[in-house]
Amino acid sequence: MSGDGAVTLSDEEAVAIYSTMATIRAAEDRITKGLRAGELRMTFYQVRGQEAIPAAVSAHLRRDDYMVTTYRGMHDCIAKGIPLDELMAEMCGRVTGTSKGKGGPMHLSDPHSGLMVTTGVVGGGLPIACGLGLASQLRGTDQVTVVNFGDGATSIGAAHEAANLAALWNLPVLFVCQHNQYGEHTRFADYTRTERLAQRFAGYGMAAVTVDGNSVPDMYEAAGEAVRRARAGEGPTFLECLTFRLGAHAFGTGTEYIDPDELAAAEAAEPVARHRRWLIDERGVPAGTLDALEQEAADAVEAAVAAALAADPPGPDELRLDVFASVDEIPEGEVAR
Amino acid sequence: MTAAPETPVGTMSQAVAQALDLAMAADPSVFCLGEDIEDPTGGVMKGTKGLSTKYGRERVRNTPISEQAIIGTAIGASLVGMRPVAELMLMDFFAVAMDQVANHAAKLRYMSGGRTNVPITIRTSVGGGRQFGAQHSQSLEAWLMHVPGLKVAVPSTPADAKGLLTSCVFDDDPCVHMETMSLLFNRGPLPEGTHVVPLGVADVKRPGGDVTVVTWGWQVPEALAAAETLAAEGADVEVVDLRTLVPLDRRAILESVAKTRRLLVVHAATRFAGPGAEIAAFVGEELFGQLDGPVRRLGSAYTPVPYATELETLHYPERTRIAEAIRAMA
Repeated sequence: MSGDGAVTLSDEEAVAIYSTMATIRAAEDRITKGLRAGELRMTFYQVRGQEAIPAAVSAHLRRDDYMVTTYRGMHDCIAKGIPLDELMAEMCGRVTGTSKGKGGPMHLSDPHSGLMVTTGVVGGGLPIACGLGLASQLRGTDQVTVVNFGDGATSIGAAHEAANLAALWNLPVLFVCQHNQYGEHTRFADYTRTERLAQRFAGYGMAAVTVDGNSVPDMYEAAGEAVRRARAGEGPTFLECLTFRLGAHAFGTGTEYIDPDELAAAEAAEPVARHRRWLIDERGVPAGTLDALEQEAADAVEAAVAAALAADPPGPDELRLDVFASVDEIPEGEVAR
Repeated sequence: MTAAPETPVGTMSQAVAQALDLAMAADPSVFCLGEDIEDPTGGVMKGTKGLSTKYGRERVRNTPISEQAIIGTAIGASLVGMRPVAELMLMDFFAVAMDQVANHAAKLRYMSGGRTNVPITIRTSVGGGRQFGAQHSQSLEAWLMHVPGLKVAVPSTPADAKGLLTSCVFDDDPCVHMETMSLLFNRGPLPEGTHVVPLGVADVKRPGGDVTVVTWGWQVPEALAAAETLAAEGADVEVVDLRTLVPLDRRAILESVAKTRRLLVVHAATRFAGPGAEIAAFVGEELFGQLDGPVRRLGSAYTPVPYATELETLHYPERTRIAEAIRAMA
């Protein structure tokens, strides 16, 4: 599929998107290296292969637009603009992290950059996105809300309640389904008879399109139209972004349930190398420019990891803070303090 | 408590509508969502009666029958400064919405290290004693109390409902306001204008020196009736209405029990692993040497709520069994 994105996407924007993708890739490579070496310890849900989707979507977003994502969401967080230092510190459980080390990789949030919720519950973010969209609608702003989730989330009831409500109320929400072909360890074809998820969600009365999620120009085009529609008050869009999860469900859990030939083909079609080739071949961007961006990304990630490792863990006082606005509202009383 | 002749009177349902009306008038970020809450229905228990007519269907909006979406939408809007009031038609339906309630509303402040908070109020009707059967009659406050991050208010009078709901709406954390069906249409004193009852402050509904009954919601009038019966027999019963379970007014409980040296906890929730177990345990820890006997508990039987009146009456505590339990403590 080749949309009009190749026409509307400027060289400058295309390179900026590549820079975001390179940062995501560098972060994943650094984390997996650290996990293998025993230098880092965290639960890590790999995003390798899905970089183009949030990089292209976020190119249309402002800082004050909202995002909700899922535990496989490091790429979404980076694309939305969470500072790398705070991101890495949170993933390492440090007090300098976005949540002072109390949320972790599955619960990243940073309202300053519009990342409002990362949920560890499949499909749990979609209803919350409706609420963010409703707040913008009630206030008469043109902010949009993007909610990211995998194809697996389309099997859970919350997703359908949210889609129905968003369509009914014409909410400014982008439902970005990162269709990576597997719901945890189960192939798409083994959990549904639906062939195109966009068809299913169109049934709720919203715009719904299927996009090559590994094509930056196509993603850029489709997301641009969806964001325009939402800002104009024309309602939600479901984007079925076809991609492939090249890593395991969670780091270290293996991919033995994926056919090796399928995996090899997906690796050959992965979006970072593909976009790099496209920039060089179609836009004449010098390879050296892209090499430099990759190096910058790796350096920034390395600095963020080093800062995280040097930072303190949260102190014991943090245990009971942030349950409620005041620690005095905890019902256990003095005994527990 | 006798109302002065000039004190306005109303029902708990009217108190709820008044509290919401005043909150919406005072703060444009307050809005209501839920099933059948718009006029002419105004909520199946009439808690939003008149509000969509006054404030419009943008701010008082009907939803599909989608409890997860109702609570999730409230959460999302609250993250960016709105103060949504969501109605779950019956407390039993928390089971449908519990992922949003327990995994999201309760935890987002903590998981974000305080960068976000969830100032939502969930209003819900609590059945019981009305032959609604096993799925429309449960008092599930113990579920909520067991999830750190949720506040739970359970008024027993119209005035307390107005005051507690007002506090819930303007609280910066998720609050559940339990509206007991069998009390919703009883009339009682109802102050005009803004009325605030802070969360975490119990109310001694009847002072007494011989034995303390700690209770809330539906069982408050039952305990007061039992206390009147016993007064005729020469026993002086103090009835402490907790009004909120989280935050918990531990001091009020301890002060009363330190005075009477005897405690009975009464609730409509299941007795086994119910809120009374927690209260009995902490009173035991704090006042062990001062008690004249073991802390006693009355709660509903460990059964689904039965339909037939003869069985449902046995299922829940009520005034005669509360009186019997107190006599047995003498």
